[in-house]
Amino acid sequence: MNNNKERHLISILLENEAGALSRVANLFSARGYNIESLTVAPTDDETLSRLTLVTYGNEQIVEQIVKQLNKLIDVVKLIDLSETDAIERELMLVKTKASGELRAEMKRLADIFGGHVLDVTDSTYTIELTGTGSKLDNFLRAIDKEAILEVVRSGATGIALGQKALHA
Amino acid sequence: MKHVLVRHEQAATHAADGYARASGKPGAVLVTSGPGVTNAVTGIATAYMDSIPMVIISGQVPTPLIGNDAFQEVDSVGITRPCVKHNFLVKDITKLAETIKKAFYIATTGRPGPVLVDIPKDVTIAKAEYHYPKKIKLRSYNPTVKGHAGQIRKAVDLILSAKRPMIYTGGGVILSEGSSELIELTQLLGYPITNTLMGLGAYPATDKQFVGMLGMHGTYESNMAMHHCDVLIAIGARFDDRVTGKIDRFCPEARIVHVDIDPSSISKNVRVDIPIVGSVPHVLRSMINVIRDEKLRPDSEALARWWRQIDEWRAIKSLSYRNSDTVIKPQSVVQTLYDVTEGNAIITSDVGQHQMWAAQYYHFDRPRQWINSGGLGTMGFGLPAAMGAKFAFPDQDVACITGDGSIQMMTQELATMKQYQTPVKIINLNNGYLGMVRQWQEFFYQKRYSMTYFEALPDFVKLAEAYGHVGMRIEKPGDVEGALREAFAQKDRTVFLDFITDQSENVFPMIPAGGSQNEMLLAERDEMVSPHDEGMVLL
Ligand SMILES: Cc1ncc(C[n+]2csc(CCOP(=O)(O)OP(=O)(O)O)c2C)c(N)n1
Ligand SMILES: [Mg+2]
Repeated sequence: MNNNKERHLISILLENEAGALSRVANLFSARGYNIESLTVAPTDDETLSRLTLVTYGNEQIVEQIVKQLNKLIDVVKLIDLSETDAIERELMLVKTKASGELRAEMKRLADIFGGHVLDVTDSTYTIELTGTGSKLDNFLRAIDKEAILEVVRSGATGIALGQKALHA
Repeated sequence: MKHVLVRHEQAATHAADGYARASGKPGAVLVTSGPGVTNAVTGIATAYMDSIPMVIISGQVPTPLIGNDAFQEVDSVGITRPCVKHNFLVKDITKLAETIKKAFYIATTGRPGPVLVDIPKDVTIAKAEYHYPKKIKLRSYNPTVKGHAGQIRKAVDLILSAKRPMIYTGGGVILSEGSSELIELTQLLGYPITNTLMGLGAYPATDKQFVGMLGMHGTYESNMAMHHCDVLIAIGARFDDRVTGKIDRFCPEARIVHVDIDPSSISKNVRVDIPIVGSVPHVLRSMINVIRDEKLRPDSEALARWWRQIDEWRAIKSLSYRNSDTVIKPQSVVQTLYDVTEGNAIITSDVGQHQMWAAQYYHFDRPRQWINSGGLGTMGFGLPAAMGAKFAFPDQDVACITGDGSIQMMTQELATMKQYQTPVKIINLNNGYLGMVRQWQEFFYQKRYSMTYFEALPDFVKLAEAYGHVGMRIEKPGDVEGALREAFAQKDRTVFLDFITDQSENVFPMIPAGGSQNEMLLAERDEMVSPHDEGMVLL
């Protein structure tokens, strides 16, 4: 058995019912599974929500997580996006110091990472970035730690590439 | 509809549960909001752990008051979420009929379980046209019934290639009504079979292929056969820690086939080689068909050798104990009960030493005859469950084998049993102790007995009489059989038999928690050894 803890991006179509989200959240706490991020939002079908979560575990644990999620009556469909070709995206908003030398440097790094400056004051920038989790991590590593005032991340979402589509 | 007014909501859930386990039909419970629900939670969790079909309808404060800390309000859906298969809050009267249909559908199909429907007060008095759907479909819930043909074929090949096969079955066989297919397959193969605590009765205990229960207090031969088998056929069982012992030493030589309706049970604790998701009777029927159609045969020479080995283990007689003329041995009470009832009674039990003795010494020959809280291990379960079983089978003898600790958790139900005339025989193995806990203190905590001795116990005879029943106190070994005969002769009375038993008796054999299956301790033969550190964690 592979005992290495791997990162998995799991995407779920969930009944849009009161309490459905807590069933998923509850499962992770009750069974002691890791949960790194979780996002949930309505879909084009008003009876369904889309929930994406990032979890870590070895093969056996992730297999259990998938089976336990599937067992929830409110889980309609589920895909482990880490097992297929997929795009992962996360949105990050970062407020940074931007005075003196930092001002040009911040702008330059935001450009390199394909970000946008959404708001500017005398002394701060608010930057928007999207990308994979690790790209966002890299950006935070690239800028001066002292310059970070606030970081807001949406948590990862994703979609499979090609013709594969998750629907009820 | 017949309603039974119990004296405590926990008893309502246990009684409905006992009814369901005895009959195979779902139990139904009605409780009030707030404390009614919290009282019911223990019984709901008990049913959940053993996959018992049950629907609980709970009252709720009126919709506009929900979330206001109203009188008798509790978040019932939230509080029960971790211990139900599913639950609903019905806020709209037009959804009620459909929700009830869904609740019973979910509770009784797939891997069964309890489902709670919470109904606010305003909804209970609202009006709507009544439409009860004939059929229900849930897009997100479709339990697999038939096993995968390719997997079944592979499993049959592996099963027939075995030199040292072992069949290990659990509660799933009983829940799915798979007993006759199990018997047919087992006898077709001629393989040894063991049942878990939850699976007893699925295969007749008096048949020669049955090697007894397995696990922590299982027989020597069943645990040794598990440890040494080369092919393990697991059916409707979930590799519980009380069964596997030390997990990385579990069936070290075996390739494993696992049949279960719940995919999440498969490879949860132990990696299996051939998983088959499906309902037990369907899958076993397909296996039988393949074996019969292709006239496949097991390796008879290897099997004969294997049986010779098992018979050697059997000869150790791991369930033997030293009887006494002066003090009642609890095991002998169960054995006598078996004789007096000719092995036919429905037996419920509580939790502790008495439960293990019941499982070891009453030989269950048919499914749904043995009713106990194996998963959650809920003291207090036995008496209300016996009442529920008696409702299901008024003409059968029902006995509750209990302990002085457990019975005190539910004695108020003696009143319900009087009111509804559900006569059961209560077999109290009274050792004055929380015996199972005392045993562990003796073995694993150097006899530092603490908080396990009952310095005060009620006079159970008077207690029974106070509720209008018959009470008997039995103190001498010579009186055991007579008392039991007298009790069972009183068909329409509940009789409380208080057997004063040996206070220091222990349950053997025993695999200390965290030990492996071949590390059994036998009565009067082995010194108790300290368990491994990881075992102590499990104590
Ligand atoms: C509700 C509940 N509380 C505590 C326990 C832990 N426990 C398991 S066995 C046991 C002792 C049971 O004593 P008794 O009913 O007298 O049975 P005995 O072991 O003496 O036969 C206890 C306290 C439990 N299983 N259930
Ligand atoms: Mg006791």
